[in-house]
Amino acid sequence: MTIVSDKPDLSEDAPQPKAPAAVKTRPGALAETGSPTLRPPAAAHLSDEQIAELGRELDAIKDDILAKRGASDAAYIRRMIKIQRGLEISGRATLLVSKHKAAWVAGTTLLSFAKILENMELGHNILHGQWDWMRDPDIHSTTWEWDFVTPARAWQHTHNDLHHRWTNVIGKDNDVGYNLLRMDADQEWKPFNLGNPLYNALLAPVFEWGIAIYDLELNDYKEGKKSKEALTKDLKALGRKALTQFTKDYAATPAVAMLTGSGKQALYGTLTANAVRNVWAHAVIFCGHFPDGTDTFTEEMVEGETRGDWYVRQMIGSANISGSKFMHLMTGNLSHQIEHHLFPDIPSNRYAEVAPKVQEICRRYGLPYTTGPIWKQVGSTWAKVFKLALPPKKA
Amino acid sequence: MIRLRKLARAASLLTTPLAPEDILALFNPVFSARQLRGVVTRVVPETADSATIFFRPGRGWQAHLAGQWARIGVELDGVRHWRSYSLSAPAGQDPAITVSDMGAVSGTLVRNTRPGDVLFLAPPQGDFVLPEHPRPLLMLTAGSGITPVMSMIRTLVPHRPDSDVVLIHTARTPEDAIFREELAELADQFPNFRVIHWFTGERGRIDFSSVAGLEELCPDWRQRAAYACGPEGFLDDAEALWETETATAEPASEATLTIERFSTKLAGGAGHDGGLVTFESSDREVEADGDTPLLDVGEDAGILMPSGCRMGICHSCLIPLRAGQVRDLRTDEVHGEPGQLIQTCVSAAAGPVNLDL
Repeated sequence: MTIVSDKPDLSEDAPQPKAPAAVKTRPGALAETGSPTLRPPAAAHLSDEQIAELGRELDAIKDDILAKRGASDAAYIRRMIKIQRGLEISGRATLLVSKHKAAWVAGTTLLSFAKILENMELGHNILHGQWDWMRDPDIHSTTWEWDFVTPARAWQHTHNDLHHRWTNVIGKDNDVGYNLLRMDADQEWKPFNLGNPLYNALLAPVFEWGIAIYDLELNDYKEGKKSKEALTKDLKALGRKALTQFTKDYAATPAVAMLTGSGKQALYGTLTANAVRNVWAHAVIFCGHFPDGTDTFTEEMVEGETRGDWYVRQMIGSANISGSKFMHLMTGNLSHQIEHHLFPDIPSNRYAEVAPKVQEICRRYGLPYTTGPIWKQVGSTWAKVFKLALPPKKA
Repeated sequence: MIRLRKLARAASLLTTPLAPEDILALFNPVFSARQLRGVVTRVVPETADSATIFFRPGRGWQAHLAGQWARIGVELDGVRHWRSYSLSAPAGQDPAITVSDMGAVSGTLVRNTRPGDVLFLAPPQGDFVLPEHPRPLLMLTAGSGITPVMSMIRTLVPHRPDSDVVLIHTARTPEDAIFREELAELADQFPNFRVIHWFTGERGRIDFSSVAGLEELCPDWRQRAAYACGPEGFLDDAEALWETETATAEPASEATLTIERFSTKLAGGAGHDGGLVTFESSDREVEADGDTPLLDVGEDAGILMPSGCRMGICHSCLIPLRAGQVRDLRTDEVHGEPGQLIQTCVSAAAGPVNLDL
């Protein structure tokens, strides 16, 4: 064991980099006190003290959940995993005899549900570390891999770190349009954007491939922010993952189904199930930050953010979907997008219980809490896709 | 077996990203090769606060040697906890652990384990095993320290008429003495085995300060290979006695002592004092205060630390803890068990900390 002698002295009289409280010393770290250079308009009526108090109230909500979290939550996620695996094998097995029309419909439906559940309630949430507290290596953010083309590790970087930290900050959070769509009026209009609705319509059924390409961060590479080695590594990981995914759904399953003369039908079944999951995931995810009522932010609104301000940005930058319990489950509880963005790593089964408290806080502090049924939220995002295809009207 | 592996690989084409065993585990929980599990087959109460738990391990388990221990994972309120327990079953038979209620984990095992429950397992290990060549033996045990020795006695005594074993077991009262009846029966049945129960509630602790006490219980103790297992104080005393003996005896003494220690408590101070942080793979040690996130500590020491949001939400900075405890800077909770993945961006050292990086 060697002892590093060049270790900076951490004792009190050692010179420490001193900076005004409102200036961040490290990216992502929050200021203790003060306010951002510019507070978002929707929260401009709140004082620093009110924002700090709001932060404490939300912290208390989280602490309450962490204190209650236990055996019943563990049982919940294990039950979901069992249900999902049951749907998956029964769906795939049924597709093996899918030359019978009823079997095709049943198999495709079961597999579609399995893939939706796997992607949203299991994959997304487990990869967020919502279940890490169980210390079960099989249900852990560092080991989980999902039935989705993009490798889990690549997605965790762009999603958990970049998107959740910089939620809706134009220029920082590339989830605002995924480098493909113009989703905010503050994004510069280019003639390319005329195709906005077309790109979005084409993206939906192949959403998982869109995400996979997005996670490669090609823009960062072009701008020299990502090394060639890093890109090559990511490409290789994606290639391996895509190959196994492709083989499973479009080669192995149809090949086995050929034994019963159902090869072609099985292929259509897996293609359909993937498309259904993609269209659904695309719809749900677009409802998270794009419906009317959600705000986007400039970098000066983030500069000097306190914990309370960070919470405010998460709330007013996100939108919920209202609906039944089944609906919430099918969205992987991303229908509680606001609560998810406040507390990305509390177990998903707890968001429903948190939601009324968060809504009450928003009401009390005069902050918008955007929610609506899925058809309304999807309509609202599509309206935005169309509207922003056109150049801004000259003032 | 090889064909089975080929079959599994073929099947995995259909189950990826899962393995076929993940699907099979729907039907039988011990089918996972990634996580070794065992199904509890029988639970036998031993004393008022101890019980023997028999289990059927899944693939990946190795048969244990008498005296070895295994790590057992149990879930308490949804959270996995690992503890080490000696196997009390004789070598060659289905494994069993005998657990005394001494804390949250052992208490749960003793009181709430039922046949059919699933235990998480790590294969048996340990050097506290019988000598390779037959020798007269002296076993010194106290309290639950009897468990590994019980496995040795059960393995040796009934099957080896040439064996010669003396057991001195101390417990507080006869009611607290685990395996008391079975030991008495073995001693009745096999002349090559002698058991001495010493009840500290009646007679106080065995005096190890001089050889006189031991001499009285087992006059030929110097000719025996001795094994001791029990609480720290008991072992320290025994060790001191044997050391004095081997250092002073004329001619040189053959007396040997093998010891099994259960270090139950990690050396970790709580509170805000910080401590020495050791990055084991990087071979670095840094003194850290109790308020600086381990992520910053590592980065300042030039370690390539994984990192992400730096605010405790993204779980990109997880590093396995090898030893010690950390304080969650958000909640002030002090926690940590070997193997646990910790969020370095919101955790500070609470006493000495060893990290697997």
